[in-house]
Amino acid sequence: MSQTIPTITPNGGVLPLDEIPRLPVQDFREFLIRRVRSGGRVVALFAAPYAVPNRIRDHAWGAAPHENDQARLFAVLADGKPPTLLVASSVVGGEYSSITPECPQVHMFEREIAEQFGITPLGHPWLKPVRFQPPCPGREGLSRHESGGKALPAASSFFSVEGEEVHEVAVGPVHAGIIEPGHFRFQCHGETVFHLEIALGFQHRGVERAVIGGPNNRTPLLMETLAGDTTIGHATAYAQAIEALCGCTPSPRARMIRAIALELERIANHVGDLGALANDIGFLPPAAYFGRLRGDFLNLTAALCGNRFGRGLVRPGGVRFDLEPDRVSSMLGAFRLAMEDVHQVGPLLWKSHLVTDRFNGTGVVSREQAVELGLVGLAARACGLERDVRREFASGFYADAQAPCHTWPTGDVFARAHVRWLEIEQSAQFIENHLQRLSDGATPVPLGALAPSSCAISLVEGWRGEICHVAITDTQSRLSRYKIVDPSFHNWTGLALALRGQQISDFPLCNKSFNLSYCGHDL
Amino acid sequence: MVVFHAVLPFVLAPLLAGLINKTKAVFAGRRGAPLLQPYYDLGKLLGKGAVYSATTTWIFRAGPLIGLAATVAACLVAPLGGRPGPLSFEGDVILFAYVLGLSRFFTVIAALDTGSSFEGMGASREVHFSTLVEPALWLGLAALVRITGQFSLHGVFSTLSPDVWTAHAPALALVATAFGIVFLAENARIPVDDPNTHLELTMIHEVMVLDHGGPDLALIEYASALRLWILGSLVVGPLLPQSGEGWEAVSFVAALAALAVATGVVESTLPRLRLLGVPKLLVGAGVMSSLALVLALV
Repeated sequence: MSQTIPTITPNGGVLPLDEIPRLPVQDFREFLIRRVRSGGRVVALFAAPYAVPNRIRDHAWGAAPHENDQARLFAVLADGKPPTLLVASSVVGGEYSSITPECPQVHMFEREIAEQFGITPLGHPWLKPVRFQPPCPGREGLSRHESGGKALPAASSFFSVEGEEVHEVAVGPVHAGIIEPGHFRFQCHGETVFHLEIALGFQHRGVERAVIGGPNNRTPLLMETLAGDTTIGHATAYAQAIEALCGCTPSPRARMIRAIALELERIANHVGDLGALANDIGFLPPAAYFGRLRGDFLNLTAALCGNRFGRGLVRPGGVRFDLEPDRVSSMLGAFRLAMEDVHQVGPLLWKSHLVTDRFNGTGVVSREQAVELGLVGLAARACGLERDVRREFASGFYADAQAPCHTWPTGDVFARAHVRWLEIEQSAQFIENHLQRLSDGATPVPLGALAPSSCAISLVEGWRGEICHVAITDTQSRLSRYKIVDPSFHNWTGLALALRGQQISDFPLCNKSFNLSYCGHDL
Repeated sequence: MVVFHAVLPFVLAPLLAGLINKTKAVFAGRRGAPLLQPYYDLGKLLGKGAVYSATTTWIFRAGPLIGLAATVAACLVAPLGGRPGPLSFEGDVILFAYVLGLSRFFTVIAALDTGSSFEGMGASREVHFSTLVEPALWLGLAALVRITGQFSLHGVFSTLSPDVWTAHAPALALVATAFGIVFLAENARIPVDDPNTHLELTMIHEVMVLDHGGPDLALIEYASALRLWILGSLVVGPLLPQSGEGWEAVSFVAALAALAVATGVVESTLPRLRLLGVPKLLVGAGVMSSLALVLALV
């Protein structure tokens, strides 16, 4: 029954559930720890109900209450050079020995599993709820223990430092700006931060639960709202997963339009972030101009599909909007104008010594910390790690177009700003190259039926980093578990570490340099 | 004329803030708020009610009132365009510096009274920086007093003729620069503080008044407008001829307006310093003032 070698899958690959090895939990644990020590990285670690009953849809997680206490843990690892995706699983009961003490990057995943399924990772150093969500039916989650039946976000104990001169600063969940809610707890000595703990969950909507039993017409809409600024990224990851389960490949033209939309989304967000960084240091001109330019790039996405954030564009099977030659040339004109402005405003930021002084050495995450925490995307690349799904697990259009991976070694705010700048240039080049040379093919292709009892893994490099969607179907070809890992889920801990030993007054700047998603984390 | 002088700063002061904001808007390519927006804001705030936390005491309520009263007192001794302030007297230099200190003291303890960690941090920063700003102000004033031999602000400014300037150019230039920095720091402008930020953790001055609302906030805003005016007059005062001619009041107000525009330009072209970098700038101002005093004593 159990195989010792974990299954290898390509990005966008599909595996019958029976082919994924079911390791004894001790071997599963060893496997994860050994692989991560030798340079692997945990892409996703999650639980799914085991022994899925056939016809129960009322129970949102797909499991019949009290039917059995077991759950199946799945781990997706990126390992090797060039990296491949490894999948392994293990069937566990009420508890198992925590992996976190020897492999810190799974700490949030294990907390999530404990919260959703009530499976206790014994020896987890900081076991508390992630989102304060209700556990899956028939199980007792973590938050019930914590706050007496009610799961209120941030209502739990916090790491605290004691002493005469130490003080605690609590920020949020209601913030001064128009941003999402999150609670930040600082332990400070004067102006210096000893430790920051971040409590999220205020935005939890239960998306993973809502798509069980699908996919249906609502599912893509839910996927587009996982994180509003990553609409294309998440919608593409979802489409890729469903296409894998259906065994269908969208046309080259559709894949190209998706890639163009994804790069437009990246430019818009990166440009907006550079403006926001300038705003946080009170540097007016780039703040004002980049802010306006972000709108120009969003408008280009609107020109493509009628929505500035790209809603309604990407669907399993292809894209819902085609590009006629007229629209291509008008988009290209507007795009070049906007990029010209970007090139004029950029030097304002990069050539000011006061700006570089402000960015340099602020909010440093070391390369070692980044590896240990399993940071992804932009934040990882700013620590000198070459982590980019477009390169490592190229899928869709990127499989045909080799993309360079821009990194910067310093791990500070400057690195994160500068990598953004390099990526804007790269994405602009990409759009210039491909917008005029769209391949042929029908934009949507018909979808077949979903493969039953299978697991599809789909990775997309969103503008923040690696988006991972894992779709598991039951014997009736319905989704029985849908796991979403937004890059923010990996990277929030990176922000917490970046603040150690920093000035508390630099927190907004550090926060903006990561610009992580609250709702993408809270799901 | 005396009445005119007494009324002018109180009427025109909020306009300076409007000018700064307009300048910044132009630099950012925006149309910006109307010049008179600060007046509208004051009117709006005065029409509101105030909410007081149950943990605060009378100090919290007295803070804005005493802050404004002290600033008004400073305003009444500050000269305007060659004319002495309505309450000007021999030795008002000392009163001037002290009432500004009093205003700050009450803002700080009103902030501490809330018990909020934000306001506590702001108060700590404010006091930290003011220990560096005050020497720059005091030593600069001392240098001016020494050079002119006068003990009232009016006396100092009206004595600073072009002849005195040529005789003491290095010392006076140092004082003027130091006062420029004091002006930016005391008014919570970039590069020391960012008056526009919404981020509590980075604020200095603004964070201390977060819990004040309605009429209290109006008093605070109005006091800041007045402080902009009087510290501005400290910057432009030594630079303008002030012999008592009628047109000098006009040139004085024009110079203040130019200073406001210059402040807007500074804010549009410079980023804010990191908090640890601010003391270096302020100590620099203090050093310039002390050097000026040394030069004046020689």
